[in-house]
Amino acid sequence: MSAAATRRPEPAEDLSAAEQQAEKARGRVGVGLIVPGFVFLLLFFAAPVFVLLAMSLYARPPGAETGVFVPAFEVSNYVVALSEYWVPLLRSFLFAAIATVLALFIGYTMAYLVAVRLRQQKLLASILLVILIAPFFSSFVLRTQAWKQILSDEGFVVEVLRFVAILPEDGRLTATAFAVVAGLTYNFLPFMALPIYASLERLDTRLLEAAGDLYASPMTAFRKVTLPLSMPGVFAGTLLTFIPASGDYINATILGNNRDTAMIGQVIDSRFFKIVDYPTAAALSAVLMVIILILVMAYIRKFGTKELF
Amino acid sequence: MRLKQHMGRWLVPVLGGLAFVYLLVPIAYIFVFSFNDAGRTNLTWQGFTFSNWQNPCGAPNICDALGNSLSIAFVATIIATVLGTAIALGLARYKFRFRKLADILIILPLATPEVVLGASLLAQFLNLGWQLGYWTVVISHVTFCMAFVVVTVRARVSSLDGRLEEAAGDLYASPRTTFWKVTFPLLLPGIMAAALLSFAMSFDDFIIANFNSGTFDTFPKFIYVAATRGIPAQANVIGSGIFLIALAIVVVGTVISYRRQKALAAR
Repeated sequence: MSAAATRRPEPAEDLSAAEQQAEKARGRVGVGLIVPGFVFLLLFFAAPVFVLLAMSLYARPPGAETGVFVPAFEVSNYVVALSEYWVPLLRSFLFAAIATVLALFIGYTMAYLVAVRLRQQKLLASILLVILIAPFFSSFVLRTQAWKQILSDEGFVVEVLRFVAILPEDGRLTATAFAVVAGLTYNFLPFMALPIYASLERLDTRLLEAAGDLYASPMTAFRKVTLPLSMPGVFAGTLLTFIPASGDYINATILGNNRDTAMIGQVIDSRFFKIVDYPTAAALSAVLMVIILILVMAYIRKFGTKELF
Repeated sequence: MRLKQHMGRWLVPVLGGLAFVYLLVPIAYIFVFSFNDAGRTNLTWQGFTFSNWQNPCGAPNICDALGNSLSIAFVATIIATVLGTAIALGLARYKFRFRKLADILIILPLATPEVVLGASLLAQFLNLGWQLGYWTVVISHVTFCMAFVVVTVRARVSSLDGRLEEAAGDLYASPRTTFWKVTFPLLLPGIMAAALLSFAMSFDDFIIANFNSGTFDTFPKFIYVAATRGIPAQANVIGSGIFLIALAIVVVGTVISYRRQKALAAR
């Protein structure tokens, strides 16, 4: 449904005093509704981000114990953070981007199968939809650990791949970039498939019949009708996959866990808790956040639809 | 030509089917290995047993962690759903100044990776001098779930047919009556979906809880820490159990809506 259909009429100049009064009262109700949540977000989202930014400028006084910092304007934290960790930072975005593209293809196929191909077989479609939602309810960490064991050197998958010579005799899957990207793709697949499903489900299949009547090949009909109409879902899905994937470090830790697969989340976590170097960790977090915001904003500019933002 | 047509027909079902298998394999693995007679580490198949299912709390601390996670998810979901639904209604239905700013503040947590959210909340709690534990996790989960609630409920609000409310007004229902008798029941499925999503996300969250829980244990944290030594088979039992319960709820919901649709179609 379009926004226009539900939008209230603009207040006209010649509203009577009583109507103006009513409009004001409505406004007060609206403010009353959003204020509690708004205050919560100011206290526990906006303020924390500012505290984090401030912390990224803290300095360690000479001779202080581990973990002791004082407020300062130490910009060099950023220099240290970026010069030491630009590789995991770039790798995070690269892995997240690959996982997002893979999840887009896989998730689109799944959503298309359920929402368009199986539209007449309601029961089968419902079952597949349940499977699509199912991963939400089994633990993320536990599933990732299961992946590690499935891909392990003694596992069935590696043995088969070695047998058919896709993997060399001593080849392995765990502790590789492949395993990390496969884990990211797997873990965020429902976040991609569900929004696409939601927009494909609303697709009027008569449009496809009409395209066929006008001699469009199925491929052309897909490209010119289905795909454009599912763009809001694709848009939401890519954001819901890319953003969490670029900050995730469960996959990188469990499935990779070596220098060549380290993602930035791992670095931030260990800077905070193992090395107790808050300023560098905060600087890295700030950099991560700013880059993602820039990427997301550019993406929304380019592909954004009214339905979302 | 024939071949191309065949491919066109079967490509989507085959690839889609494979994708569904991909999605299910780890879940099936967790389920199968919950019956493993494994002892302390559940890495290789040792033989079939029911004993893990008979005693899911057998591994030390596992059920405490589970209880903590359930309790946090429950409390955080209630707070996030109430605050988020109110915001969704306020933003969708009323005009006021600073609306654009409010919009941005509410959507921004969605564009913030969990690790940054966790780190900034930790910085805030350290700054306030608060003890890390149960309540700091609850607060951080409310922050992280609220944006999802707002987006989900708002989609529902904007797809409501405003004429129904006008009709109620024409029939002399007060705004309050209209809200509780017309608007709220229509929004309820959206609110329930948002609450379910929020519960699942809070229950499953590791990263934010890891930053803000101190020594307090949640279920994902328990598994993450145990992973370095080998996860006990009881974790697979609990994972499978939650999965089966959730599956039952989803199946019942799907069957109900499937029947309703059929009944509507039959009319």
